[in-house]
Amino acid sequence: MSDHILLPEGSIEKLTTTLNLGPTHPATHGVFQNILELDGERVMKSTSTVGYIHRAFEKLSERRPLYQITPITDRLNYCSSPINNMGWHITCERLLGITLPKRVDYLRIIIMELARISDHLICNSIVGVDSGAFSGFLYLMQYRELIYEIYEEVCGSRLTTNIGRIGGFERDFTNTAFEKLEKFLAEYPKQLKEFEKLFNRNRIFMERTIGCGAISAERALNYGFTGPNLRAAGVDYDVRFHTPYSSYDDLEFNIPVGKTGDCYDRFLVRNEEMWESLSLINQAYNKVQEFKGTDAEVFHADTPAYYLPEKKDVYTKMEALIYHFKIIMGETDIPAGELYSSVEAGNGELGFYLISDGGRTPYRLHFRRPCFIYYQAFEELIKGGMLSDAVITMSSLNLIAGELDA
Amino acid sequence: MSLTNELIQQKLIEKFGDQLTDWVQPYGMLTFTAPKELNLKILQFLYDDPECKFQFLTDLQAVHYPEKKGAELAVVYHLHNLTDNVRIRFKVFTDITEPDVYSATALYSSANFMERETYDFFGVNFLGHPNLIRILNVDEMDYFPMRKEFPLEDQSRVDKDDEMFGRG
Repeated sequence: MSDHILLPEGSIEKLTTTLNLGPTHPATHGVFQNILELDGERVMKSTSTVGYIHRAFEKLSERRPLYQITPITDRLNYCSSPINNMGWHITCERLLGITLPKRVDYLRIIIMELARISDHLICNSIVGVDSGAFSGFLYLMQYRELIYEIYEEVCGSRLTTNIGRIGGFERDFTNTAFEKLEKFLAEYPKQLKEFEKLFNRNRIFMERTIGCGAISAERALNYGFTGPNLRAAGVDYDVRFHTPYSSYDDLEFNIPVGKTGDCYDRFLVRNEEMWESLSLINQAYNKVQEFKGTDAEVFHADTPAYYLPEKKDVYTKMEALIYHFKIIMGETDIPAGELYSSVEAGNGELGFYLISDGGRTPYRLHFRRPCFIYYQAFEELIKGGMLSDAVITMSSLNLIAGELDA
Repeated sequence: MSLTNELIQQKLIEKFGDQLTDWVQPYGMLTFTAPKELNLKILQFLYDDPECKFQFLTDLQAVHYPEKKGAELAVVYHLHNLTDNVRIRFKVFTDITEPDVYSATALYSSANFMERETYDFFGVNFLGHPNLIRILNVDEMDYFPMRKEFPLEDQSRVDKDDEMFGRG
């Protein structure tokens, strides 16, 4: 076995306790191992081990045509897979130089913001569970179900969505999808308000989270934090604003920031972002409804070489048959190029570094996974705190094992 | 936006002269190649320069080019200036038989895991890294799996012609 997991020398005589937290521990919400060195209940030192669910995504991607990589991205941050899918489609579209119709952009914003809500909703309610308040979790969890029903209506699946295609969506949103969306938009704000009432000014919750797992803005940047965790430390960096994609620049939204970067600020920033997401969905939905006539039926760009033709055309039209065959067999060569493209995923900047040498699969594809990069700060964050603080710090960072280990 | 790619290029050329090569701008991102001994000097210069201020390490990874003899492994840095919102990328190439590159961990704490990952998959030996051990793969592994000489599937199979399915 390896030599770096073994107990340190003289561990019998020592006064501190070594505690093995994980790999599968109810308080870790995923497969993480942390070997903690405890003095009473205080964490003196910790060593993280990651990689328990590594699935070689980058190697797999080197043999897959572009459209077959989408299901891989599902399995990164599986609490918000649609954002990963869209991030990958946007990367491909940038590489191929495809511009999308506005309606597709707005539909994508709706789906991405729903995904962001479902991601933050889980994270925040789990912070509640870990600090001893279980009911908030039950209040919000049923609304994730509504979001999943909308996904289901659009793409047919719930968790690992594989939603959308290069150039648009696989099918138009049905009326049922819009009805479900309206239901969600009508009901969720009330419930979120209720959730905030339970937590935001709750003395026990505040005592529990304020000052716990705090990080300064400078350290956060040095550690490569992005997303809500960086914003909680006071840096207003958001990829949606700084490098707009998918017509986010047409919509109005605020970037909530915190101040201290502790668990409480992270919690508040995520809550505020859910409100911003709701506002973004409303704006995008209004814009979708403004399209009239044939424009209101557009759900993909005209890119026959990458977008699968309709099945009935495959049987009757020669071009459609050719394109269908070429796409399915992965016969289409990708133009050579080198591109870094990123989106604001649930946890921060999810980047795709794609190198194509003109073959049918990427020459190299690297995922910049926000979790992986900010998890290294965990040791510093929990040092000197209580063991129970380490647990809520971990859940308030929103660590997703799938994204961490890729 | 005041900081343009041309300005960054000009500043870097002033400082490092013609040691930096292959200036290109694929999809608008300034990209160049540097000798591997200079990687820390460039990172530090870009970090400290009052105009460049590239103080955020977005990403660090390697690429394997087996056909480039003597410069098989490329380590790629993506840097971001958050105040002016400009990104740049630079690469250092190293011989695969002697894959030593200086570690950026002293400058960026975020480089720690990223360099461990790069070591784990490509075998780039980051000099000065505090804890250069495998991170995602099992510790017993004795090869670097993202290198191109390791095909994805079992090469002893004869029932499947890989030519038809992506890279052989």
